[in-house]
Amino acid sequence: MDFQPTEEQQLIVDTVRRYVREEIEPLEASLDPDAGELLPEDQTRLVAMAKEMGFYGLDIPEEFGGPGLDTTTRALMAIEMSQHRAGLYNPCYGTFGGAGLAQLYEATEAQKERYLYPALRGEKRGCFALTEPSGGSDPARAIRTRAHQDGDEWIINGSKLYISAADTADFALVFARTSDDPGRNGVTAFIVDTDTPGFHVERVVHTLRSTHYATELSFIEMRVPHEAVLGDVNRGFAIANDRLSRQRIPYAAGCIGPAIKAQEMAVEWAKNRETFGSTLAEKQAVQWMIVDNEIDIRHARWCVLEAAQRADRGERFRTEAAMAKLVASEASGRVVDRAMQIHGGIGMTKDLPLERWYRELRIRRVGEGPSEVQRLIMAREILGGSFK
Amino acid sequence: MVAAQGIARELQPLTADAAAALPAQLGVFEIVDGQGASVYFGAAGGLEPFGLRTALAAAAQRWDEASFRYETTHAYMTRWQELLMLHAAAHGEVPVANAGDAHRIGRLS
Repeated sequence: MDFQPTEEQQLIVDTVRRYVREEIEPLEASLDPDAGELLPEDQTRLVAMAKEMGFYGLDIPEEFGGPGLDTTTRALMAIEMSQHRAGLYNPCYGTFGGAGLAQLYEATEAQKERYLYPALRGEKRGCFALTEPSGGSDPARAIRTRAHQDGDEWIINGSKLYISAADTADFALVFARTSDDPGRNGVTAFIVDTDTPGFHVERVVHTLRSTHYATELSFIEMRVPHEAVLGDVNRGFAIANDRLSRQRIPYAAGCIGPAIKAQEMAVEWAKNRETFGSTLAEKQAVQWMIVDNEIDIRHARWCVLEAAQRADRGERFRTEAAMAKLVASEASGRVVDRAMQIHGGIGMTKDLPLERWYRELRIRRVGEGPSEVQRLIMAREILGGSFK
Repeated sequence: MVAAQGIARELQPLTADAAAALPAQLGVFEIVDGQGASVYFGAAGGLEPFGLRTALAAAAQRWDEASFRYETTHAYMTRWQELLMLHAAAHGEVPVANAGDAHRIGRLS
């Protein structure tokens, strides 16, 4: 594959790069190293700027008022947007807006009126409650939360774990088992208002990502109307799975930004830092780390863009997306690790963003499907003969 | 499941000397007034030159007749939010001196 961005894509990349380096990075100099948000006045100013640039709500489908970006352009943007300290999990501090929960685009019109449109207007927030204490890598089989029908209502009992933003959400997509089928054909998705009696945020779960916590939820005799069912009864896993597949390409692309930035920092440091009478850049041990970084970055970028281009051409991209996610998350972790090694002591400190990327990138090898599951996806296709 | 809890350490009088004796580490702290009410939860983050020591020295200048307790943690931001959420769940609102932070937390229930 020979990838050359189009003139328009290059213009977008250049614009986002300038935005990150001239608007975002200078603000981070005075923020806490683990900050997850800008000062309110900066946020307001930059959201207005993003709207002026036409980048606001970039994940919203065109028919709902978004810019209608293709996957390749979106991946190129993700690579640029994540090139700052908070960029891995909070690219540009959300100043390009959100898209709500993608599953809601398939909702009934009544559900869209109640949840999707307010979310797109920034009036309501949702969360995605799939993973349970019994497991997250194989959610179809791990789901133990149960829902049973009682007249026109469903009663939900169970728990969820590692759920982001449930404590601030107005509604949640809750996946529950609704039949005796132990696998994917017995799961239903429900849209649940978080003020529904029986919906409990039990606790905060701290992680390596010290700027953001997850939550544990419990549902105790939680009654929701039948209208809360999203899609068809017992077909909810397809809704969850669709999200997991589509997410992999931008998720992978976002990993590459910190790696590129870490490599830039490592090169600069290596050229200027002297030990034993010469710069680090003159030492083969360091040169090889720099080269290995470059190989990792280019490999990851190639995998991400190949997956994105297949998606844009309407071709199967399941294997490529899994490969992109695996390669980008693992390669970027290695790049940041080597950059820290090249920097020595200062690389371990909060004076530089490397330690934050190091911690946060570790999560990426597990989040949105661990590396082992990505290998499983690829193995199925390769061994099944459908990988061409 | 790990139950969420407040800071376990015992309260001690908030003085400049007590602050100076603190570890220069990242962490969170709680200020309690003379009536025993929590009035503020703070975090000593990466911008504090001497971590908890710097943050509590500033607090000692702000509050008279108060006590404090602290906890060292690298997860100072999420732990700080958790402490505010625990307080809000127990008392219906965040401590008075954290009123401006109420929008930065979610709810436990």
